[in-house]
Amino acid sequence: MTATLAPETVARRPAARIRSPKGRATLYWIAKHAIAVALSIMFLGPLVFIILTAFMSDRQALTSELWPATWNWSNFADIFEEAPLLTWIRNTIMYSVLATAFMLVSSIPVAYALAKFRFRGRKLAFLLVITTMMLPPQVVAVPIYLIWARFHLTGTLWPLIIPMLLGDAFSIFLLRQFLVTIPREYSDAARVDGCGEFRTLIQVILPMARPAIAAVGLFQFFFCWNDYYGPLLYAGTDQSHWTLSLGLAAFKSQHSVQWNLTMAATILAMAPVIVVFFFAQKVFIEGVKLTGVK
Amino acid sequence: MASATLGRRGNAAPFRSRERRRANLRALIYLSPWLVGFGVFFAYPLISTVYFSFQRYDMFSLEPVGLLNWKYFFRDDAAWTSIKNTLWLVVVMVPLRVVFGLGVAQLITKLKAGAGVFRTIFYLPSLVPVVAGTLGFVFLLNPGTGPLQAILGAVGVQSPDWFGDPAWSKWGLTLLALWSIGDLMVIFMAALLDVPKQLYEAAALDGASAWQQFTRITLPVIRPVVMFAAVTGVIQTLQYFTQAMVAARVASGATDSAGSVFTPGYPDGSTLTFPEWLFQEGFRDFAMGYACVLALILFAVSMIFTLILLRQFRGFAEEDA
Repeated sequence: MTATLAPETVARRPAARIRSPKGRATLYWIAKHAIAVALSIMFLGPLVFIILTAFMSDRQALTSELWPATWNWSNFADIFEEAPLLTWIRNTIMYSVLATAFMLVSSIPVAYALAKFRFRGRKLAFLLVITTMMLPPQVVAVPIYLIWARFHLTGTLWPLIIPMLLGDAFSIFLLRQFLVTIPREYSDAARVDGCGEFRTLIQVILPMARPAIAAVGLFQFFFCWNDYYGPLLYAGTDQSHWTLSLGLAAFKSQHSVQWNLTMAATILAMAPVIVVFFFAQKVFIEGVKLTGVK
Repeated sequence: MASATLGRRGNAAPFRSRERRRANLRALIYLSPWLVGFGVFFAYPLISTVYFSFQRYDMFSLEPVGLLNWKYFFRDDAAWTSIKNTLWLVVVMVPLRVVFGLGVAQLITKLKAGAGVFRTIFYLPSLVPVVAGTLGFVFLLNPGTGPLQAILGAVGVQSPDWFGDPAWSKWGLTLLALWSIGDLMVIFMAALLDVPKQLYEAAALDGASAWQQFTRITLPVIRPVVMFAAVTGVIQTLQYFTQAMVAARVASGATDSAGSVFTPGYPDGSTLTFPEWLFQEGFRDFAMGYACVLALILFAVSMIFTLILLRQFRGFAEEDA
């Protein structure tokens, strides 16, 4: 920004305050980057301390020391003995993968219709999608819980997975936002070539919408991976149905003084998400932008 | 519908009713999964919630009780505590998040060196699973064992007992919310980069200071995005559940997870949010009729903010296909 300051603007200012345009620009540069570095330390600090604590012995983790006296790699093995982590990981993966796959299959056609078809009630349908996306899940929780109880599916994760076959409002919204930006000419051209509407969707639109589909899929996967409310409501007291988030929240209370193991388990829950992010950073950032208004 | 649509339709070959019916049918087929979902998981439960709000129901016996649940709400101290806490979060946490998110985004767009690296670093915490991040913060801010006290102690400052002191617990949650600002930052960055460069150049020529440029150019241009962020922030905060639940559970050292004696809100009800109380009443105490009263109140309040948002989206829905 400072570089765009016209020289005459600066020259008009009293010479005592600003020695030279160049000096002032350098000062700005340093100030901005210093703030950025300070913020980076604040954003990364918690992660660094979580990692450091995860390596401490359980006694050292209870002190206010910052650096591990000994690096206890065995902590990461111990947590698997302390809790049925493998079961929780398996459940979390099952929930995340199935919910994401179901969501994509059901939501893409809906988003496509909302974005590209002309029909009666299109606007109303879109407004209802936004409304269901915005309303808190707790509003309709009781009757939905009773539905699943009638099917004897409470106490499992299925009440969280099966509804994904019927579309997810947030994903529909996001996909629709992307699909409207695809020029009509592409599907028109396909139709001229004798392509049916469904084949146009599969062969022309889907490849073009790949970035949006990737973003929506990743968001859904991460939502499930991180979800706490859903599993807390449905997974019940049987730990063999728990997810990682649910188990992690209970981990500390079961191992009350072992902050080191709790932090090691925390890292275990974070690691996959962060690894995926580094491979798919662009997909994420573009996806988040879609959630905003233009 | 926008006049643009009508205009376009006027130019094209007139729609015959048979074709239009076919188009409607086709749309119906594509929309069918969502239509069924909307009916089963939204419309029916919503009506059902109204019905249950006039019943006493604990999953075994159903008994009509008229307005009893609704009357009880006004005497339910915990519900009012949770409303106060939720309101606090809406009034304090949401504006702080918007201001901080905008500030961070503005900073990154002005950086000449390493903007990409800084963006990654600032975004990263928002990806950390909520339960993991909350656990981490309860530990880090714990004055007995956490590193924050060790750092503050070095400069002679006594850290508060963040998640153990009713006066500080919501501030602890606010810090956690500011830490995971990434999503908001990215939305604001996109908006800031869309502001036409010429506006700034003209202002700079007129001798406008950086602050003047921000208040006179940047803010007015990105106002819709800030509004959007604020309103969605309020709606999300009305659902605020996981962080408060996990922080209270971990900080209180309560044993066991589901189906336990743990009551959310530790310390001293200071982190009890409205959705938490709804959850507690409906699924831990099985006062399901009363939980439906709370659900309908949550519905009414959320609906107000959703309608504000829909007004903004009106332009969106009219966007031509």
